[in-house]
Amino acid sequence: MSFAFFPHTDEDIRLMLERIGANSLDDLYADLPNQVIYTQEYDLPSAHSEEEIRARFAQLESKNTPLTVFAGCGAYDHYAPSVIPYLLQRSEFITAYTPYQAEIAQGTLRYIFEFQSMIASITGMDCANASMYDGATAAAEAVMMALACTRKKTRVLVAETIPDAVRKVIETYAKYKGIQIGFVSHVEGNTDIAHLQQELSSGDVAALLVPCLNKYGIIEDLTGFAEVLHEKKALLMNYADPSALAVIKTPGEWGADITCGDAQTLGMPLNFGGPYVGFLACRKEWVRKLPGRIVGATHDVDGKRAFVLTLQAREQHIRREKANSNICSNQSLMALYVTIYMALMGPEGLKQVNDMCYGAAHELYDRLLQTGRFTPVFHKPFLKEFVLQTDLNIATLQDELLKVGIFGALKTEEGYVSFCATERRTPEEIDKLIQVIQKM
Amino acid sequence: MKYYDKLIFEVSRPGRTGFSLPRNPWHSHTAQLPEHLKRNTPTLLPEVSEPDVVRHYTNLSNMNFGVDTGFYPLGSCTMKYNPKINEEMAALQTFKSLHPLQPDKTTQGALELYYELNRTLSQITGMAECTLNPFAGAHGELTGLMIIRQYHLKRGDTERTKIIVPDSAHGTNPASAAVCGLQVVEVNSSTDGTIDIESLKSVLDHTVAGIMMTNPNTLGLFETHILEIAQLVHDCGGLLYYDGANMNPLLGKCRPGDMGFDVLHLNLHKTFSTPHGGGGPGSGAVGVAAHLTDYLPNPRVVKLADGTFATENNPEAAGQVSSFLGNYGVLMRAYTYILTLGKENIRMAGPLATLNANYIKESLKQHYKLPILGVCKHEFVFDGLLDNPNNLTTLDVAKRLLDYGYHAPTIYFPLLFHQSIMIEPTETESKETIDEFINIMKVIAEEARTSPETLQHAPHHTPVRRLDETTAAKTPILTFEELTNVTQ
Repeated sequence: MSFAFFPHTDEDIRLMLERIGANSLDDLYADLPNQVIYTQEYDLPSAHSEEEIRARFAQLESKNTPLTVFAGCGAYDHYAPSVIPYLLQRSEFITAYTPYQAEIAQGTLRYIFEFQSMIASITGMDCANASMYDGATAAAEAVMMALACTRKKTRVLVAETIPDAVRKVIETYAKYKGIQIGFVSHVEGNTDIAHLQQELSSGDVAALLVPCLNKYGIIEDLTGFAEVLHEKKALLMNYADPSALAVIKTPGEWGADITCGDAQTLGMPLNFGGPYVGFLACRKEWVRKLPGRIVGATHDVDGKRAFVLTLQAREQHIRREKANSNICSNQSLMALYVTIYMALMGPEGLKQVNDMCYGAAHELYDRLLQTGRFTPVFHKPFLKEFVLQTDLNIATLQDELLKVGIFGALKTEEGYVSFCATERRTPEEIDKLIQVIQKM
Repeated sequence: MKYYDKLIFEVSRPGRTGFSLPRNPWHSHTAQLPEHLKRNTPTLLPEVSEPDVVRHYTNLSNMNFGVDTGFYPLGSCTMKYNPKINEEMAALQTFKSLHPLQPDKTTQGALELYYELNRTLSQITGMAECTLNPFAGAHGELTGLMIIRQYHLKRGDTERTKIIVPDSAHGTNPASAAVCGLQVVEVNSSTDGTIDIESLKSVLDHTVAGIMMTNPNTLGLFETHILEIAQLVHDCGGLLYYDGANMNPLLGKCRPGDMGFDVLHLNLHKTFSTPHGGGGPGSGAVGVAAHLTDYLPNPRVVKLADGTFATENNPEAAGQVSSFLGNYGVLMRAYTYILTLGKENIRMAGPLATLNANYIKESLKQHYKLPILGVCKHEFVFDGLLDNPNNLTTLDVAKRLLDYGYHAPTIYFPLLFHQSIMIEPTETESKETIDEFINIMKVIAEEARTSPETLQHAPHHTPVRRLDETTAAKTPILTFEELTNVTQ
């Protein structure tokens, strides 16, 4: 036997078995009941050489069609700086485990500390954890966290304008955990404060989760929300796009207590939906209810500055069924990704990205209306994504766009058509999209 | 490894940038947003050039230890070699540029990979079908438990709210059960380290949703009564959940489905060689037996009669646990690994991992306390030093290992012993590497007798030494802003 990942020679195996006092490798499994031993041949492909693997993937690649993306709905086509994948491939980062042995994991611990600092700053919160799986699971964790923060409350409100996939994941977690979820409707695409006040009157509400940039692409005006909620001892929680927060009003400025979201917008490739990276941030008073890994600054016995996983008394390996959450990892390498992205972009880069998104999206919006086939649904400020009504058949429209290599015009649950344009979209691409519609 | 003290914020100088954007061709810009919707506070993001960034993060990486750096015998974590061909495949541009909501006809290659990986994992574990959507092992546990609850609820069996968890279980088991709204009932281990059948029998009734088992368990012992346990739990109407964190030694030997398990999760970042990434992204694929496939979470990937692939949502599903199809890039790596192994080499993966573990155990049992004798599987547990006149702890041993260029084993887990040292070598380590490790473990045992202070103050040669964790937890400093305020 010889295989690239197994270093054992036949002689090694013989010597090792001898030390153990076994005659064969099968002896090491002699304690298993006979009925469970799998003696058949696995119905698996035969071993592939590297060249055969490349050929197999080339075959799969030929069945994928990369497109010019004019769609968002939870995944955004932003510019990904060249430097980041190179740094992420450093094996000291990618082949490391969770930083339990802090003395030999200062690299991981430091970038997580930087990530926490940047997320706290961009959201206007005091602190953040080491990251979550994705935005939707971060939101579900935020819902559970709100109940832990407010004790006797039993219900969490969610704005109807939250992205659909996030709503579905929250509903799934809530169903099994036994959490009551209520929904707050919107007026003209903005969450309705009057409806919120009605819902709050029952006194059982722990929090409201409301997006800063909602599923219609609208920048929500949350004036007065924090006051109304806090008066009823309930929390304001925002679902936020951290890229957009470089220019739009932050959860901190709205008076939010907890902020969650997906940081894919910070330059991560679309990756067919993952890996992305969720985040969860809060005011300092709630930090002991914050789930997940948290890194803190300290020093070693020689007084050198150092970083370490901290506040572990909240976590599952200590508290088991009484833990705040079952999460025992983070999305570490992806947290490194967005940390490097934010470092490269800085405040100015993020502002430019948002200006270009705004410019492209508004150009597209105006040009679509000019075709006469679309009408506005809401008259509210948006950034890079928006919905319209159309007299066109949306499925046909999507197909016509696909013919010229464009992916856009997603149909929403309400029957609207959704578009998105990021800084990657060019005037030529918008011309092409408009030409398709003009011919319909 | 070399100490480097900077944070990226400390490299920052106003006016520097590290990005490369094209000229902005548009007329409108965010200054046109209404004033009350604009950000008014500054962001504390650094301002750094591209070379600054590259050097900073390279310096940070030099303070890290990975599988490529050296031996990583971390129990229950399966720190096997992460093949580089996996990375090459996961970086393919046509996959990376796919939007998750693109029409199925434009993502056939990506869907085929998902479907094929699903099929091969089902085959390896003896299950009917998998979901690859869960993001991590704990997330897979939660998803699997949701499926179990959905199964009982759909049958109108609403009283099943208890879940049995052995005392040797991973901490995530009871935590996942609690998040899933289940009440945890603990059963004890017997003196041989496996589940105590009488203790199990005493808790079985009509309120039991199921049992969560790790097999081999966290002591590295195969639960030899598994068929009897399966019978007992099934007879009382409960389901069996398999925690796949310890699946590695069974590769090529046996399949959880054949032992009677109804639901399982796999850690693709353990058994299927995808890198741990310093704590993620991983993948916690969940497999189920035929009677549970309806309850797998949405969205799913199916193969149609014409041989093409489609995503679909099933109204019977336990729900939705991710926005899209999970950590897809991780799935590409696991698929590459399975192709590389093939049906031929997979046969050897488990046995060689088990060989390595037993070899270490037998070579060190005269120096470290072995609480449970006999053959282990991929890992085993020592309960501290055997001859320990200076009362040194497992922590001292672990920290001293760092000095010798090894990652420490998992320590103080499982909770069954006070000084647990849990060692898992995996199949990708050579006899020479393991012999050197054994030798160093003996040297440390000797040092523990002759120069205890060397261990008590270890590590000595790492970028930083033992940390003040108490102060870190008492007055948490969690951001650069707080750090600056404290320093001033």
